[in-house]
Amino acid sequence: MELTRRDAMAIGACAVVATAVPFQASAATEAAMAFTGGAEPTEGGVTLTTPEIAENGNTVPIAVDAPGAVAIIIIAEGNPDPKTAEVAFGPMAGAQSISMRIRLAGTQNVVAIAKMADGSFVQASNAVKVTIGGCGG
Amino acid sequence: MISRRDFLQATVAASAIYGASGVGNWAKLAAQQALTQDQLLNFDTFGNITLIHITDIHAQMKPTYFREPEINLGLGDVKGMPPHVTGADFLKMFNIKPGTPEAYALTYVDFTSLAKTYGKMGGIDRIATVVNAIRADRPDALLLDGGDTWHGSYTCLKTQGQDVVNLFNRLKPDAMTFHWEFTLGSDRIREIIEGLEFPAMGQNIYDNEWNEPSEDFVDYEFFERGGAKIAVIGQAFPYMPIANPGWMFPEYSFGIHDERMQEMVDEVRAAGADLVVCLSHNGFDVDRKMASKVKGIDIILTGHTHDALPEPVLVGETMLIASGSNGKFVTRLDLDVRDGKLMGFRHKLIPIFSDVIAAEPEMTAALEAERAPFKDELEEVIGKTDSLLYRRGNFNGTWDDLICNALIDEREADIALSPGFRWGPSMMPGQDITREDLYNATAMSYPNSYRSEMSGEQIKIILEDVADNLFNPDPYYQQGGDMVRVGGMGYHIDVSKPQGSRLSNMTMLKTGEAIDPAKNYVVAGWASVREGTEGPAIFDVVENYIKRKGTVHVDPNKSVMVTGA
Repeated sequence: MELTRRDAMAIGACAVVATAVPFQASAATEAAMAFTGGAEPTEGGVTLTTPEIAENGNTVPIAVDAPGAVAIIIIAEGNPDPKTAEVAFGPMAGAQSISMRIRLAGTQNVVAIAKMADGSFVQASNAVKVTIGGCGG
Repeated sequence: MISRRDFLQATVAASAIYGASGVGNWAKLAAQQALTQDQLLNFDTFGNITLIHITDIHAQMKPTYFREPEINLGLGDVKGMPPHVTGADFLKMFNIKPGTPEAYALTYVDFTSLAKTYGKMGGIDRIATVVNAIRADRPDALLLDGGDTWHGSYTCLKTQGQDVVNLFNRLKPDAMTFHWEFTLGSDRIREIIEGLEFPAMGQNIYDNEWNEPSEDFVDYEFFERGGAKIAVIGQAFPYMPIANPGWMFPEYSFGIHDERMQEMVDEVRAAGADLVVCLSHNGFDVDRKMASKVKGIDIILTGHTHDALPEPVLVGETMLIASGSNGKFVTRLDLDVRDGKLMGFRHKLIPIFSDVIAAEPEMTAALEAERAPFKDELEEVIGKTDSLLYRRGNFNGTWDDLICNALIDEREADIALSPGFRWGPSMMPGQDITREDLYNATAMSYPNSYRSEMSGEQIKIILEDVADNLFNPDPYYQQGGDMVRVGGMGYHIDVSKPQGSRLSNMTMLKTGEAIDPAKNYVVAGWASVREGTEGPAIFDVVENYIKRKGTVHVDPNKSVMVTGA
């Protein structure tokens, strides 16, 4: 049986392997700075919902709820291109929340930063694990 | 006025002193050397509600031996806390004398010799006797099944769960949640559920396409009992498609979803629930964390991690109950619920000593009828063991050592991997191994044993990943199994390190050479979650090996060195 490296790893222990991806410090920071213009976001005021462990790293459901926000940016710190989405809300928007599916290259932090109407920024960050899986009980 | 929390704690203390709990009774019985069914079932009926909890029976319908773990490490906040207490420490923590029936049932200490004295445990016909006796005291007692029920035996595999479904239906459960049942495939699980007379529940079972709660399972159910309104909320195993093959149930997504659990609790409270019970397959540490985040759950009936605890564990205002596995125990929990509040409880983890508790004749007949078509295959002796075979333990067990030896021998591999499952009963030294015994440790719907080349680096990545699923300090990133068992290779593990740096000193045992990250090794294993895995079924591989050997012998495993615990 001819196996690629990816196949061989997928066959392992119980499941599919994906390695931890190093924090893309510069690219992730650049994306955040471009959005905030250098302002330091505070924690709280935005709810980021992600799975603790992704069932499939290629399609990870996430949701962001930021009441009163005018714009939201999603950054996947470990992805080759960390800036994943930017959404603006007009004055007619009924709710300042979004849900979407994103692709994650490996275990990493997902960050949501919201720009509030007064020009301040708030953020939330969750670690999402992309794993080969264990062997539950 | 005494707070509810004080009251609960006082009740625990009183039960320990006066013997209202299982532990007190057993110790007394052992002193009198009089273990009788009446005494095992003795319970001073209390309050107005009774819950009966059974979980993780893994299709073990006949009594078995089941050795509890020697190593069950807890990290971070849960270090040294139940259920991460084993052996002599466990006996000390719960004030149990060594050599007593409860020491045999709850720990690995002197297992082989005590097994000769106290015999096998479990059996669906003994459980039926216990359930009937509880219902004689309290006819409307609620029987709640925590799942991992329709998986794990020869007959269950051959009938796609039907034998266990038929037998459990005779027990008349009131609700059930799930894990391994999904490995029957989503069509089959839906087919079975349509025929059930009780709700199949899991508030965290989602439709994968729409990422919304699935309509195939209910979130919760209300029960009117003893003048109170009880809500039972289901919580299925959160990591189904990761720990088991997602391609077998592609329509469903899982996860913990504690924000939705809070919504469910608030919803049932608003609808007038006096008592909120969560029937969970999260695993103990995940439930402990969930209890600290979700407010308003009175009782979590835990499952998945196979822990048997003789007393409830309190987390804030929530009581966690752990009822063991493989049919060894049934929990009876009597509750006093008045004016929308839990005022007190009485708890007993009832050990199912199969030589003490009489079999219920109708259930025995039904069980034998289910087994009859398979009798010859089940009873065929394929070999003998001169070692104790068991599975539980964080790093290894002799059953998996035997499986790894078979994989290395039969598949001509350098290294063998066997998943860290927690199901599968034990076998005594000198016992004949029947085909039924072998399937009890290997029966599953994705049994193909793969054989492939992996580099030393790839092997390390796999082991690091599985280790993090067990030893991540945050329970929400754990999946509740044990470490993948390794044959042919030894390693050191520092469980306190982060992922990627826990393992070191990976060594080929036959040569003593260090594993070379760049070199390829032939690796054999089983239970891959990958679709289309090729190779002979693991039960056939191990059967051939045992038949060839005649009598199998497994040396103590000293190839894993553990630090950081």
